[in-house]
Amino acid sequence: MVDVPFDTTAGIPPAEVGEVELYHPKSWWTRYVFSQDAKVIAIQYSMTAMAIGMVALVLSWLMRLQLGFPGTFSFIDANQYLQFITMHGMIMVIYLLTALFLGGFGNYLIPLMVGARDMVFPYVNMLSYWVYLLAVLVLAATFFVPGGPTGAGWTLYPPQAILSGTPGQDWGIILMLASLILFIIGFTMGGLNYVVTVLQARTRGMTLMRLPLTVWGIFTATIMALLAFPALFVASVMLLFDRLLGTSFFMPTLVEMGQLTKYGGGSPILFQHLFWFFGHPEVYIVALPAFGIISDLISVHARKNIFGYRMMVWAIVAIGALSFVVWAHHMYVSGMHPYFGFFFATTTLIIAIPTAIKVYNWVLTLWRGDIHLTVPMLFALAFIITFVNGGLTGLFLGNVVVDVPLSDTMFVVAHFHMVMGIAPIMAVFGGIYHWYPKVTGRMLDETLGRFHFWVSFLGAYAVFFPMHYLGLLGMPRRYHDIGETSFIPASAHDLNAFMSVAALIVGFAQLVFLFNLVWSLFKGKEAGGNPWGGASLEWQTPETPPGHGNWGKELPIVYRWAYDYSVPGAARDFVPQNEPPAGLAAQGSRP
Amino acid sequence: MSAIILFMAGVAVIAGWWLSQQRLAAKPWLEEGVIVDLREHDSSSLPAAKIGLGVFLAVVGSLFALFISAYSMRMTMVDWRTLPVPALLWFNTGVLVLSSVALQWAYMAARRNDMDGVVLGLLGGGALAVTFLAGQLLAWRQLSAAGYFVASNPANSFFYLITAVHGLHLIGGLVALGRAMFRLRHGAEAGQMRLSVELCAIYWHFLLLVWLVLLGLLTGWTDNFVDICRQLLT
Repeated sequence: MVDVPFDTTAGIPPAEVGEVELYHPKSWWTRYVFSQDAKVIAIQYSMTAMAIGMVALVLSWLMRLQLGFPGTFSFIDANQYLQFITMHGMIMVIYLLTALFLGGFGNYLIPLMVGARDMVFPYVNMLSYWVYLLAVLVLAATFFVPGGPTGAGWTLYPPQAILSGTPGQDWGIILMLASLILFIIGFTMGGLNYVVTVLQARTRGMTLMRLPLTVWGIFTATIMALLAFPALFVASVMLLFDRLLGTSFFMPTLVEMGQLTKYGGGSPILFQHLFWFFGHPEVYIVALPAFGIISDLISVHARKNIFGYRMMVWAIVAIGALSFVVWAHHMYVSGMHPYFGFFFATTTLIIAIPTAIKVYNWVLTLWRGDIHLTVPMLFALAFIITFVNGGLTGLFLGNVVVDVPLSDTMFVVAHFHMVMGIAPIMAVFGGIYHWYPKVTGRMLDETLGRFHFWVSFLGAYAVFFPMHYLGLLGMPRRYHDIGETSFIPASAHDLNAFMSVAALIVGFAQLVFLFNLVWSLFKGKEAGGNPWGGASLEWQTPETPPGHGNWGKELPIVYRWAYDYSVPGAARDFVPQNEPPAGLAAQGSRP
Repeated sequence: MSAIILFMAGVAVIAGWWLSQQRLAAKPWLEEGVIVDLREHDSSSLPAAKIGLGVFLAVVGSLFALFISAYSMRMTMVDWRTLPVPALLWFNTGVLVLSSVALQWAYMAARRNDMDGVVLGLLGGGALAVTFLAGQLLAWRQLSAAGYFVASNPANSFFYLITAVHGLHLIGGLVALGRAMFRLRHGAEAGQMRLSVELCAIYWHFLLLVWLVLLGLLTGWTDNFVDICRQLLT
């Protein structure tokens, strides 16, 4: 690789203005509500996702109250407990994390980081948000319909999802499926934008290998989501047919309340295949953007270039591809051919290789770096620790022989909360603390941020570490009340009470965070354009917050990768991506 | 799940081919200066809308591959009874082929800047597509008149569901076609017009291809092929 086609001497004119036809808002409504500006859409996505996320947080409180102090809260009965589980899981995974990472971070950061003026299809992008909002409203409506929301579990397994024993059988399940279908339609519109923007709208000099890893993560996750969500779509439509039209795609012949149902001949296993063909990539749809964000955060706050950039990119692509061939490891207890189990256990464990490469690279980026323990950095470090924790228990559960006894216990709950609950949320918080100054022009309050971090981090461990132990004891998941069980000692109940108290405290810490978001908007310290000394393009905008069209008259030209920190001999400890090389600047070839 | 795995493998091959041209082995930390993008060298660089359509077709393809997967998985169960396919479907297929041909003709006319030809092609293609949809509805009526209701047998359910999803996609295409017509009436620029017509034609050909595959599956023509695929993957 000696004769790479680059040229350090010739000045290349910046891309002309007006390449992208920008839509110019004419009124307050089109500027702030029905806006086609990706930055406004990103904020709309984020606020909607956080609002519905607060509902899911309250649901988790209610569940913990019941688990920690069974029998004390008479307003939580077994049906409601199942409804809380279902809605908590569904909201957190799809309506909060997926929407926040791709719709929120994706919309805000992709155009800025690749040096574009906006997404390539702004109108479709706006439509994407409004369809998403509709999906959220339909979901929220299930709390108010007769029978309440569905209690089928977030996996919505038939046949029980649509039989009369399950809460929410009347309206809850119908609206839930309708909401999912809407979400997928809305997401597809947004996803097309993210992919084509990365492919087509990169500014001059921005090759793929100069993209910040955040963009790589979001880009790959979006492609995966575009290909995986159709599986959920197909499953939802077919389940809706079973519920509404009486077809039997998934419904076997069975007896309900002593009577033979009208169903017959369907295959519940088919639903599980379809669901997990979406469900497993979904884990990485949430994890890959987090990986990208963490890579950038670590590099900026340790003032050091990311270690092994190429490997990081390859690992992201490899994880994206592999995640489509592991889905059946969620179905070890569904009665599979043993060779299938063997195959899927193997592919599952192979994913550990690219993932471990990423973890090593993060650690080696930190090695002898100039680590600033800012709030975003604290969250990034917490992410790495938590992800390793959750990943290791994933190795346990990826093996068929270990998974079979553990699969219906709290161990699984602890595992997936660590790996795709706490870890991505840490990345979300880190990302928000990091980019909030760019979005608003003001810093988030440092003291409140540290308080938020330590309570959330230690609190989350107080909730989920003991849960592994309870799982190994054999405490089953999805149970409203364990009652007197011979193999569960009394001390386990004390532990449950402790975890519940910790969960309540963690929840309240999030209110502090929300307060900080609002308070800092008005009273926060002025941030300036580039408070962290970031080298990637989003910190180099002429205005902060970036104006409509992101850049001034000319699009930036990119001369280097996004990670030139602490370069020997450089004037500052970072070199922005759009700063011309020394020779070029001396000639004054820029007009 | 063999159909979707095959489809994903196809997508992976295309993505891999594309990635292999993106200098993924570059060492960006050593390269300072303006790397002139491959994209800029390429004079035939594709417009964003065309790439957008390509990505969308991958999504739609994945949707149909999943339906086909579900269908072929259900088909292997012992109580499967195939639906007798109404003869009308063959007529409908012919109409859809003609519709695709008409749009291709419109696209060729657009390349010659023959606006009358474009209008004729678009109108003809649209009318034929509407005829196809009407024919599909009629086929449904015939089936239900003969006692094959949506819920009476899994094969029936799949037939109604899959044809409905395909029809909905065609209706979406008609909306895009309507927009292209509207633009044409209001004097769009020639290059823009050519692109709109081309995108419609591509979408039509894609839906025709999907329909042919679905028809093969629903009529049982491809059973042997499905068996071979299944044996390859199990």
